Amino acid sequence: MTSATVVQGRSFARSRGALVPARLLGGPSRSDAETWVEHNSRLGGAISSARGRHHPAQLIAMIRRAGLTGRGGAGFPAADKLAAVRGQPRRPVVVGNGSETEPASAKDDLLLRLRPHLVLDGLELVAATLKAERIFVVVPSALAARSVLRALRERESESSRGPAVEVALGPTNFVGGEETALVRWLEGLAALPRFQPPRGFERGWRGKPTLVQNVETLANLGLIARFGPEWFRQQGTPEEPGTCLVTLSGAFSHPGVYEVSIGMPLSELVVAAGADPSAAALLAGGYFGSWLQPAQFPAAKVSRAGLRELGASPGAGVFHLLAPGNCVVRESQRLVRWLAGESAGQCGPCAQGLPAMAETLERLSDPLQATEQGVRLIARWCAQVENRGACRHPDGVVNLIRSTLSDFGAEVELHIRGRCSGTVSTPLPLPTDWERVV
Amino acid sequence: MSARYLRVDPTLCVGHGLCAELFPERVRLDDWGFPIIAPDELPSSLQRAARRAQTSCPALALKLDRTPPRRPIDPGLPRRGIRTAQ
Repeated sequence: MTSATVVQGRSFARSRGALVPARLLGGPSRSDAETWVEHNSRLGGAISSARGRHHPAQLIAMIRRAGLTGRGGAGFPAADKLAAVRGQPRRPVVVGNGSETEPASAKDDLLLRLRPHLVLDGLELVAATLKAERIFVVVPSALAARSVLRALRERESESSRGPAVEVALGPTNFVGGEETALVRWLEGLAALPRFQPPRGFERGWRGKPTLVQNVETLANLGLIARFGPEWFRQQGTPEEPGTCLVTLSGAFSHPGVYEVSIGMPLSELVVAAGADPSAAALLAGGYFGSWLQPAQFPAAKVSRAGLRELGASPGAGVFHLLAPGNCVVRESQRLVRWLAGESAGQCGPCAQGLPAMAETLERLSDPLQATEQGVRLIARWCAQVENRGACRHPDGVVNLIRSTLSDFGAEVELHIRGRCSGTVSTPLPLPTDWERVV
Repeated sequence: MSARYLRVDPTLCVGHGLCAELFPERVRLDDWGFPIIAPDELPSSLQRAARRAQTSCPALALKLDRTPPRRPIDPGLPRRGIRTAQ
């Protein structure tokens, strides 16, 4: 990531603005946060005036009409999650999830640094509507923490009778951003996922019903409360309305975070970011994602439906373009090795299977050691490991391996014949050891 | 009798393997000795055996209740086979 800077152990990309009328990245084009005064004058008043109009059932119905889905990667309907928490008999805990433990993603960090009030609008609205007992916002970096804390001070005069928003620096392990792991982290425990059910909305933080919602989702939620579902649907597709933030890294002349209308053609996005026209492949959906070949770009759209046909998913909007001359098998192998080390180690199939698959893939990535038997072994283990963890970590790794070996099967065959098309190696960004100490 | 399913809490399971011994109709072991349990509903003819497996688990990792096991992620996604060269 050429334009990325490392500050306080977290790399973040710069804002590249919006390829649509900006919603999340609109406003001043400075590199620091929009102030409370600027925010309110731009959006026509404080969220509290919009908030008063909404009864819980009304808010949920409005979010359902808007069709807002979670922006953390899984794409779960936001209204269903709200309704599930509201259906619990006890007062809930609300968590804004900006932990962003995916190394190639920078959008939550950017949003919290530049537009903290958008996130806090949505968070306070949801917390007030659900009569939350505690409110947390989890941030990925010290800079984001500073931005959110400053924003909270600016809002102090306006804040309602509800509990104060508590800011927590998030975990750095890859699985730590998963809901149940994050809840444990906020309880002061190691950020490890737990077996479900009970689901987090039933028993979360200290056993209370807990709503965990990605910070970009919350920002959209606040905007929907202000401007309504019809406004929200002016962008995106009927099935997947709205805009989303995407993080582009790798072989782009302008990598960084973009706001796009969901469903925009992938080829337009990569051209706008200055993609290297002879790039080797695009990893869509982050490190749990799938590889796309450049020939597939024209058919792809930046949406779940528009990538599903190609066997991929946008995940949390993470796209990495692998520079020309790289061998996809070799660079995937690096990721799988790292992801195997990121297993929480709680579930046997993940703790045992991932290192075994990483080792076998390592041999497949080396033309001197690649064998047909290695491919069969990995296929066997993918089938055995899938869907057998408490969280989806093993499933994500299986997805990446399957994509590597099927979409780039020709390269694997080349390795088995003792050759490799790779001439250079540009590893995908991974946190270094010192970064993980934070 | 209402629907019953056998599930394993993978965070508790340490791979003793008793379940596969006691209930081979629905449980087999993976390459590392951890149980792979068929996700289907248990017919009443198998519920005794399932109960025996559950109560015999030294790690208390087996659940026998009305909750169906979690499904694989996004079943709508095309399941690509891994290409093996000939």
